[in-house]
Amino acid sequence: MPGRKHAELALFVGPALVVYSMFVLLPIGLAFWYAMYRWNGIGPLTDFVGLDNYRRALQDPAFLGSIRHNAIIIVLSLTLQLPLALGLAVLLNARLRGRALLRTVVFAPFVLSEVITGVIWLLILQPDGLADRTLQAVGLGGLVQLWLADREIVLYTMFVVITWKYIGFAIILFLAGLQGIPRELAEAAEVDGASKPRVFRHITVPLLGPTIRVWAFLSIIGSLQLFDLIWIMTLGGPANASSTMATYMVDRGFRRYQFGYGSAVAVILFLISFGVSLAYQRLVLRRDTAGALTRMAG
Amino acid sequence: MSALARRATRPSAYALALAVAATVVVPVVYVVLGGFRTTGQVAAQPVALPDPWVFANYEEVLRSGSFWRQVGTSLLIALLATAATVALGAGAAFGLSRYAFRGREALFTYFTLGLLFPVGVGILPLYLLLRQLGLLDNPVGVALPEAAFGLPITIVVLRPFMRAIPGELEDAAAMDGCSRIGFFWRILLPLSAPALVTVSILAFVTSWNAYLLPLLVLNDPGGWTLPLGVANWSTQYTQDTSKILAFTALSMLPALLFFVLAERRIVGGLTGAVKG
Repeated sequence: MPGRKHAELALFVGPALVVYSMFVLLPIGLAFWYAMYRWNGIGPLTDFVGLDNYRRALQDPAFLGSIRHNAIIIVLSLTLQLPLALGLAVLLNARLRGRALLRTVVFAPFVLSEVITGVIWLLILQPDGLADRTLQAVGLGGLVQLWLADREIVLYTMFVVITWKYIGFAIILFLAGLQGIPRELAEAAEVDGASKPRVFRHITVPLLGPTIRVWAFLSIIGSLQLFDLIWIMTLGGPANASSTMATYMVDRGFRRYQFGYGSAVAVILFLISFGVSLAYQRLVLRRDTAGALTRMAG
Repeated sequence: MSALARRATRPSAYALALAVAATVVVPVVYVVLGGFRTTGQVAAQPVALPDPWVFANYEEVLRSGSFWRQVGTSLLIALLATAATVALGAGAAFGLSRYAFRGREALFTYFTLGLLFPVGVGILPLYLLLRQLGLLDNPVGVALPEAAFGLPITIVVLRPFMRAIPGELEDAAAMDGCSRIGFFWRILLPLSAPALVTVSILAFVTSWNAYLLPLLVLNDPGGWTLPLGVANWSTQYTQDTSKILAFTALSMLPALLFFVLAERRIVGGLTGAVKG
């Protein structure tokens, strides 16, 4: 009964296919189209400008700065969050009293919304707020900065907040990975005279490899789409010092009604993300299994 | 670093653990306690216990219709989005796991494309699309795209799960006169319950916390979700810190409560979803 089979298939897969195509992929396609026009989002598309919007974006220092900010966040995540999360995961894997509670606590910020996280830190970091008071109380008053208003500092302040919010996820992932490593391995190495750091370096880290590589992928994609926290806390400011590609796009599109130009920015963001993802899948995740993507989430 | 586990280093391990816990807990406690102060008190002594305890801020938030309305809207949208994600995702995963047809793997890859780029990329055209469909200022206009965003991960999690259910079960059901649809409904879905719970929680939390899409779609303050309310409240009362603290503390509560109740599911689901 092939006819019936096809009808059933259409019934099961059809609705998802329609909704997904319409709300995820169609908008990307439309962005490619809108990007060729100068358009305020209202009325017909008539002012065809070809690739002009792309040229403008790639010549705008503010946009290039946004790309650089995304890149900085990625690099900082991989070089600072990764060792920190690994260390904390090892710590939480040790037999400590209150370990379960500690795990819950460390993971809690991950379920708080970006908006709530942003508002909390906005209050804590305001001049003479909790952060400044704490520093003064412990005799480090000289370190006090305009955390969110200093152009040189704001991006790094945001990185600290991002780390506070998301590191619990990395820790939980690494913990799950650590628990998959048989204790006998480390014990055998120690019997053979390997020091603890060497065991960590040569047994723990390599065996955590697949988990680390998947985390790094999610972290890169997350950093590329960074929006909510920044928008809540700084709107990308001051003077674009903390802007990301996504905040730049929303700013041009929705606050200045440059839908054509904003779409060109969207296309660039899409191409960068997609390119990075494909390259990562092919070059890094392929080592783990053939179907890296399905393995990643399945 | 694993030396931390050694007995000799125990005290330093505990000190480190305490420092980590404090880093997470202090900001949250600061907000909750701050809600019990006046703004003057927040400025004068932000750290100690409130003296005296002030209940006016929390009272005002709890009495304001907007807080409860926003909780209701958030709940409605999150439930709609979750129901749609799971219903559509389970159907698709079933079709893609238990039917043999040409182009099946290509179709699966098509669904997984959504994992390779941030879904927010298409937000400008998506907004225009929703405007054209008349879905602005409509909970469905938020919930339906959120369901679409959630489909790739949902299908990727559910498909291997459904695939692993033995074919003998399906044959036995067929012998007993059960149709494919009956098999899906009566046998496969109940057996997939753990995976369904995982994807439901993911979808719910994502929707509950969402900011950008509701921000663009819901313009009428009467239809705002809780994150929009928090963001707005914090800009509206910039001079009245204690009111922001109270509102923020109360809107944290549902998420934290949900987290404490479902922690094992959330953690297990997330690590399972990523690690496979």
